[in-house]
Amino acid sequence: MRVASALLISAVASGCSGNQSALDPHGAPAIHMEHLIIGIVAICTVIWVVVMVMLGVALLRGPRAAADTAKSEAWLAMTVVAAVAATVIIIAGLTIASFYTTRDIGVPKSDALTITVRGQQWWWQVFYAGADATPGFQTANEIHIPIGTDVHLRLESADVIHSFWVPSLAGKQDLVPGRSNSMLLRAEKPGVYRGQCAEFCGLQHSHMAIMVVAEAPADYDRWAASQRGDATMPADPDAAAGRGAFLAKPCAACHTIRGTAANGTTGPDLTHIGSRLTIAAGLAETTRGSLAAWIADPQTLKPGNNMPMVPLTSAELQNISAYMESLK
Amino acid sequence: MTGRDSTDSRDTGFNDGELDHRLASVWSTPPGLWGALSSVDHKIIGRRYISTAFVFLALGGLLALLMRLQLAQPEARFIGPDRYNQIFTVHGTNMMFLFAVPVMQAMAVYLVPLMVGTRNIAFPRLNAFSYWMYLAGGLLLWIAFVLDTGPDIGWFAYVPLSGPQYAAGKRADIWAQMITFTEVSALAVAVEIVVTVFKQRAPGMSLDRIPLFVWSMLVTSFLVILAMPAIMIASTSLILDRLVETHLFNPAEGGDVLLWQHLFWFFGHPEVYIIFLPAVGMVSTIVATFTRRPVFGYLAMVMALIATGVLAFGLWVHHMFVAGLPRLGESFFTASSMAIAVPAGLQIFCWLATMWAGKPIFKTPFLFVIGFMVTFVVGGLTGVMVASVPFDTQVHDTYFVVAHFHYVLVGGAVFPLLGAIYYWFPKLTGRMMSETVGRWVFGLIFAGFNLTFFPMHILGLRGMPRRVYTYQPEMPWSALNLFISLSASILALGFLLFFIDVIRSARSGAAASSNPWGASTLEWATSSPPPPYNFARLPVIGSLEALSDQSTALPVATGLRVDRRELLVSSVVEAIPEARESSAGDSIWPLWAALATTATLIWSIFTPWAVVWGSIPVAIALIGWFWPKGVPEDES
Amino acid sequence: MGAQNRLTERTIANPAPAFVAGALLLLIGVGALLGWLRQPRELRLDPPAVADLDQFRRMPNGISGTPPESYFALGKPYETDAYNLSQGKRLYTWFDCATCHGDGRGGAGPSFLDGWWLYGPEMVSIVASIRDGRPHGMPAFRSRMTIEQIWQLAGYVQTIGSYTPKIAAPSRNDNEHTRPAENRGPAIILFDEGPLGAHPDQGPSP
Repeated sequence: MRVASALLISAVASGCSGNQSALDPHGAPAIHMEHLIIGIVAICTVIWVVVMVMLGVALLRGPRAAADTAKSEAWLAMTVVAAVAATVIIIAGLTIASFYTTRDIGVPKSDALTITVRGQQWWWQVFYAGADATPGFQTANEIHIPIGTDVHLRLESADVIHSFWVPSLAGKQDLVPGRSNSMLLRAEKPGVYRGQCAEFCGLQHSHMAIMVVAEAPADYDRWAASQRGDATMPADPDAAAGRGAFLAKPCAACHTIRGTAANGTTGPDLTHIGSRLTIAAGLAETTRGSLAAWIADPQTLKPGNNMPMVPLTSAELQNISAYMESLK
Repeated sequence: MTGRDSTDSRDTGFNDGELDHRLASVWSTPPGLWGALSSVDHKIIGRRYISTAFVFLALGGLLALLMRLQLAQPEARFIGPDRYNQIFTVHGTNMMFLFAVPVMQAMAVYLVPLMVGTRNIAFPRLNAFSYWMYLAGGLLLWIAFVLDTGPDIGWFAYVPLSGPQYAAGKRADIWAQMITFTEVSALAVAVEIVVTVFKQRAPGMSLDRIPLFVWSMLVTSFLVILAMPAIMIASTSLILDRLVETHLFNPAEGGDVLLWQHLFWFFGHPEVYIIFLPAVGMVSTIVATFTRRPVFGYLAMVMALIATGVLAFGLWVHHMFVAGLPRLGESFFTASSMAIAVPAGLQIFCWLATMWAGKPIFKTPFLFVIGFMVTFVVGGLTGVMVASVPFDTQVHDTYFVVAHFHYVLVGGAVFPLLGAIYYWFPKLTGRMMSETVGRWVFGLIFAGFNLTFFPMHILGLRGMPRRVYTYQPEMPWSALNLFISLSASILALGFLLFFIDVIRSARSGAAASSNPWGASTLEWATSSPPPPYNFARLPVIGSLEALSDQSTALPVATGLRVDRRELLVSSVVEAIPEARESSAGDSIWPLWAALATTATLIWSIFTPWAVVWGSIPVAIALIGWFWPKGVPEDES
Repeated sequence: MGAQNRLTERTIANPAPAFVAGALLLLIGVGALLGWLRQPRELRLDPPAVADLDQFRRMPNGISGTPPESYFALGKPYETDAYNLSQGKRLYTWFDCATCHGDGRGGAGPSFLDGWWLYGPEMVSIVASIRDGRPHGMPAFRSRMTIEQIWQLAGYVQTIGSYTPKIAAPSRNDNEHTRPAENRGPAIILFDEGPLGAHPDQGPSP
């Protein structure tokens, strides 16, 4: 227990434990929750220590009366009643604290920026709605949000239940087939916040991460504008050859690249894949090498996922990877 | 009460030796395989049940070690996702349905008739049937697992992942039908316990003189009867959806995927108390014996048991806080989930008061109770944490919850169970377990358990989700996971030592006297192990502490027939004798009935026609079961 | 309750747990052996085995043929394995087969469950139809699917029209219900009723 307690203290004290932690909050809901978590854990730790002291004393106390007297029984009864009363008061307090925190993390006002997230086995499909003049666009496994504003996530599922969870920004919410759930996402400072599917969803539940990139509103607008645009024709000859190979091979049957003939809808939209931080739902950073490794053998890196191993020559593989990387 | 009522067939006319001889010839199970297969003695079936449950515990533990091996380092390739998903599903399913619930009921099958002073459990043939069904269900799951068709959908089997579209093959059907097996057997035992406790108590054992373990099993049995139908409806609906295309869970045709979660957790939460309440009874029994005084606040303890049982049905939504239900409704379940801390706390305080006022004797069973107090309070407090909606949305489906429920189920139920095995082992086998080894077992299991599971709280808060077969090296979880995996080996070593001690002690432990601990409940009034008829003369109870108030022999009730299996039926409240009732003799038919039912149930995951054609052998077996055999027990 | 009773009790009690434990271990041992003999669910087929799947022989008239030897060595996974069949069912949706073939009862393209396979019901014929296309509108999927996917899809298509429903065949989807699912033998049920959109030159009742 002592080792374990020391571990807990170090974990809580250091706080900053990577970018996917309920103890490292950077968004209003997660900050409210962290306060609640620390408060409840502190109170419960005190209760545990008190009970253990009582246990230790009860077991090890010195001379005991030869027989139980009526007086000591009455005293014990009083103590037990008092302890139960204290329990009632404490849990009532915790219930009320929990209720107020629940109110603070409610669903945002309807004029907030709305992003639709659609869970798929085993990646995240993200829709940014368009307005009158600006078209909407689609991306995958990555959400960009402006800091300091409430963002409304609409959560849907294309197949089984998934759960959206970016602990540094907010608690989790399930994506349930046949339903549409809502949650509030808000980041207070710029950064990349990792999240991961939290509801068991099949073979590759372990490799279903999502990145939330929070940036200054101006940066966000710039990003959104570039995402709205179609893919450009690559200047690099390798990449241009890769474009041709991509369209000739089965790739285009499942993936869309806006601005080309590729319009498949089964897999993620790749129009701007080169601008994303990771590929294959957080499996690896987006580099030409990791793209090549993934395209060459997706079933070894992520067994059971729905991307088939497409037979390619090494030249084709290199060219397609170059093309993917060029899709900024 | 008819029949040959001549005095020479009653027990009044014999001296002790003659009576023992006569009763043994009526109640004994014949030797040999056939005798073993047809026995309806609650002690033989109880021992069999307990041994089988511990075999499943060991197998489930091996799966846990495999999981820890895979998770010891990031992106390990030791087990692939397909196998890993089967492993954690079978681990959870096995521990909940094949170990925890059956082992608690099995302890009751063995102990309750002894503790209430009767000669056999009510409906003894149903008891035999329930064991065979349980064994068949367990084999179904495990054989499917080794055949690589084990369920891979989690022990909770959420639709649509377990539904017809996303769970290919028969894996999910095997899970769902395994539920049917274990629920049939659990319901059967629950009914037997309720009837035994209500109608077969020894004369004078009024409701306020029932031992706390018996009370806890009575409440548990009611929970089983009320909770298990929900899961049977759920699992049967799942099979229907998968096999004959009903649309109960299909949103496109008006079904609802959350319906599954409501049905599952309406059973699943009481399930926790079905496992925990018997453990509470064991703790009360052990505390009373090893502090040399009755448990403080008997009435409060009984009320706490009943309150827990009632509240258990009002908490299920706290498993669904992130499913998207209305927040206000969820707050109600926060309140009710927190409220269950009150009866739980009350019991803890009563045990503390008992220890305070008593004179503790630190034998192995009591050590396990102390270990229970330390760990269960942690589990209870983390339970209060996850009852809070905002707290839960951060830790739900993370390793924090894994830590929480292992603290509740291992700390809260397995520790008392191991204590209970050390405590009742002399009554089960007639031999004592080793006190020295027992201390090592306790130390290793206690240390190993806390070192394994406490760090999981931290992993959960630091973002590690459950049910992942691996994690990526850049996540800050590797060190703690390695530490946990290494600690798990200490825990495993403790259990290994426990199993070695059990086997060794059962063969060559020191012989036990009838009451080696100086306990006060009725099972210690007979020899260790008890004779087939439990008590030569049925005891009469004058107080809650049946044995400690009697410096001399217990008063006994006489007048039962010795030429057939006969026991005493008494009134529900005051336990006033009402009638002599025959108790069914040995029969092979429960086994045939269980085999016929097994064939029907397994067949029915392949074709719905199995229900029609399978009912024929089931009907034949049941007719054989109830056909009068012309034995004395058939007389009314 | 003398020592004698205890002795009888013990001699009776001991064989039962030993028997149970022995039977358990034996059954699990037999199961493990069977499991070892049985193939695991294959999530990644080796590239040479995949390439070999492309090498089936066809009859000159394009109607029937023989699968590659390796297909039999694998245990005919695309006809017998539930996982592959269910992947095939997903591919049917993903590659929009329903646009022409509907839920299997046909439309612009032929029905799969009217008992009338224009090119025969063998796997090789179905694979060839998908891979290379057929006259009168069936496009070639050679450049859109991998050969493994084509085999998976072909296995599924075969279950739609099978007159002996397979245990391993997929069950219904979480969609609107339009016809009995493949594991119930829709071809038998619908053929008897007279399926909608059946081919005018439908063959004899099987």
